[in-house]
Amino acid sequence: MAKILMIHPDKCASCRNCELACSFAHEGVFNPNKSRVHALVWERLGLGVPLMCMHCDDAPCAGVCPTGALHRDEEANGVLWDKNKCIGCKLCVSACPFGNASYDNETKQVIKCDLCGGDPQCVRICPNQAIEYKEANEGVMAKKAMYAEKFKKVFEEVE
Amino acid sequence: MANSFQNKVLRINLTTGKVSTEPLNESYAKDYIGGRGLGTKMYYEEVGTNVDPLSPDNNMYLVTGPLTGTMAPSAGRYMVITRGPLTGTIACSNSGGYFGSEMKYAGYDVVVIEGKAEKPVYIWINNDKVEIHPADHIWGKEVPDTTDLLKEETDEMAKVACIGPAGENLSKIACIMNEMNRAAGRTGVGAVMGSKNLKGIVVRGTNPVHVPDGERFMAAIEEARKVLAEHPVTGTGLPTYGTQILINILNQSGGLPVHNFRDSGTVEWADKTSGEFMIEHKNLVRNKGCFSCVMRCGRVTKTYKPYAGFGEGPEYEAGWGFGADCDVDDIDAICQANFRCNELGLDAISMPCTIACAMELYENGYLPKEDAGCDLSFGNASILADLVTKTAYREGIGDMLAEGSYRLAEKYGHPELSMSVKKQELPAYEPRTLQGMGLNYATNNRGGCHVRGYMTSPEILGLPVKLDPAVTEGKAGVCKTFQDLTGAVDASGFCLFTTFAIGADIIANVVSAATGIEYSPDELLKAGERIWNLERLFNMACGFTGKDDTLPQRLLQEPQKFGPYKGSVNRLHEMLPEYYELRGWTEAGVPTKDKMVELGLEDAFAQMLGAVEAAAAQNN
Repeated sequence: MAKILMIHPDKCASCRNCELACSFAHEGVFNPNKSRVHALVWERLGLGVPLMCMHCDDAPCAGVCPTGALHRDEEANGVLWDKNKCIGCKLCVSACPFGNASYDNETKQVIKCDLCGGDPQCVRICPNQAIEYKEANEGVMAKKAMYAEKFKKVFEEVE
Repeated sequence: MANSFQNKVLRINLTTGKVSTEPLNESYAKDYIGGRGLGTKMYYEEVGTNVDPLSPDNNMYLVTGPLTGTMAPSAGRYMVITRGPLTGTIACSNSGGYFGSEMKYAGYDVVVIEGKAEKPVYIWINNDKVEIHPADHIWGKEVPDTTDLLKEETDEMAKVACIGPAGENLSKIACIMNEMNRAAGRTGVGAVMGSKNLKGIVVRGTNPVHVPDGERFMAAIEEARKVLAEHPVTGTGLPTYGTQILINILNQSGGLPVHNFRDSGTVEWADKTSGEFMIEHKNLVRNKGCFSCVMRCGRVTKTYKPYAGFGEGPEYEAGWGFGADCDVDDIDAICQANFRCNELGLDAISMPCTIACAMELYENGYLPKEDAGCDLSFGNASILADLVTKTAYREGIGDMLAEGSYRLAEKYGHPELSMSVKKQELPAYEPRTLQGMGLNYATNNRGGCHVRGYMTSPEILGLPVKLDPAVTEGKAGVCKTFQDLTGAVDASGFCLFTTFAIGADIIANVVSAATGIEYSPDELLKAGERIWNLERLFNMACGFTGKDDTLPQRLLQEPQKFGPYKGSVNRLHEMLPEYYELRGWTEAGVPTKDKMVELGLEDAFAQMLGAVEAAAAQNN
């Protein structure tokens, strides 16, 4: 089984360490504007939602890419970008329904999560485990167990 | 060499509308690090000590530290420096959230606000594009609406620091709020902003912050992160319970001030207002961190009928203030009053302490019922939120509450019932139990304040070592070290709470790696000492003397009533002379020339002497 990125907005503490770790890993500087991940914060609710490329199986960005620069990589179980093939048409930016791909005019590169070669820095840094990188089943089973626990409590109360 | 400064100061004059930039003074940055130190130095050099805090001549400095905007853990803070209307001392107030980092990404270490706009305005800083816009349509609005409206008009991704009605109405206990719920809370900096007709500052930045050697910096912060994550306070206590974890700790230690410090020590019901109870009672929705934070002590909270609401907090000091200090044991009422402080832009320490003072004045018959307009008895939970609102709008008794407890108590003929130092209200640690905290309160450069030398760490929490709170011996030295270290921490951009776990060695290493300026732990402490002394010189030039280094008479003379330290008073006289000596000051608390030369403060010293002489000549 291959690992996937999972986001848990219920756990996000809005600290944005993920943006710092990402921009440093990719650009060598601290700049949330060039991060591949963003924790969007609703200030009134004190709620943060971490968002980054979800590495779709049928990825619209890869679908519209005329040169195959954006492509599905089975080994990485993700959508990767090949700088050498990119012509800078930016169709990927328009195609992504989540806004998770952007283009850096300064460096002429697509800004999009590349899974840090299998060791996502956002996951490593998150103090609340709001972003996880794990086997799909493992992650889902943990969530199931959590909700099953709630049922258990309800039935315990009934009895 | 690239370092973590942006090396740029933005200067905005609201009288003329002129906007300009200039390079950061590098020698200031080296000697004063940033934040609190850099801002005080700039203020002292540019404004001097002779201005009315609410006049157009008073400047306001928003200053980041060299770590702000980097990934140093819990280090995204900025400092507001000005002369404060509550105390008349140097006012410096620190805040977290995202605003400071966003300022840095916009390209500025410092934003200086000068003058006064003719009509209400807000400032829109979009990287290097800076504009002053009318704010008539936003004036009068509370903080959450102001924040949303300013973002709608500019950029949804922007960050907003603004005042609420309290700052507009020049309450001396008004704050500047950023991201709705983070506050540059103390010393009345919100009134300074209000006096300039400045409703808010909106900032959006997309520039990078650099460090000279990425590998070295990441290694330095990795060490800090690890220590913070593994420490029981920063790794477990603060994320789980927030600062409200202190309610039970202080109560059990007998250090909880009660009823305006009249009946201090311990109360039976303290647990009902604690961080632990807030989880049990389902007030806590989730925890929250400021920018780059690993401790995440912020509380997103909801409350239930009849005090239903939603917001953030309270911190321990506000929870205690509206709680034990006002004799209120209803956590929903406490939270709701705290929400109102945030929404209206009021200091959630000075506000409840001023209410507690009003309650004692009322119970003693000094504050008449017709002035109170309500039943101001201790324990009346139902009036708290309403009193906060009245304060912000200066309605009825609120008009006097807005002046803080000292001016309130003075008006009713009993200034001794204001539990304040240099007219700023004392926070949630009883100096008759914590002797060393009493010394810190008395000598604090911004008046009654706990976060400039947090003696609770050694005296109650045992960090870094446990000291007996009842003992005065040796406290002067520890207090000085804590004050100096805090000066450097506040200058760096680090959150003070990191110092529960990390000390001068790790902090010096991180600051050195960010700035490329090598600070040994001793040099870091020396910078902190320089900052402390510069603030002292400023205050003395403003007319303060050693006589102001004192505590309310109650704490020095009335024996404490309850708890394990029943019968004790604060023995300030046993600590103060040693403290002055360790600081290299005279017996009267005046900095000496030798010490000032050692710290490189001879010019500021001469300036202080000149100002004192000029004031004396004027009085003659």
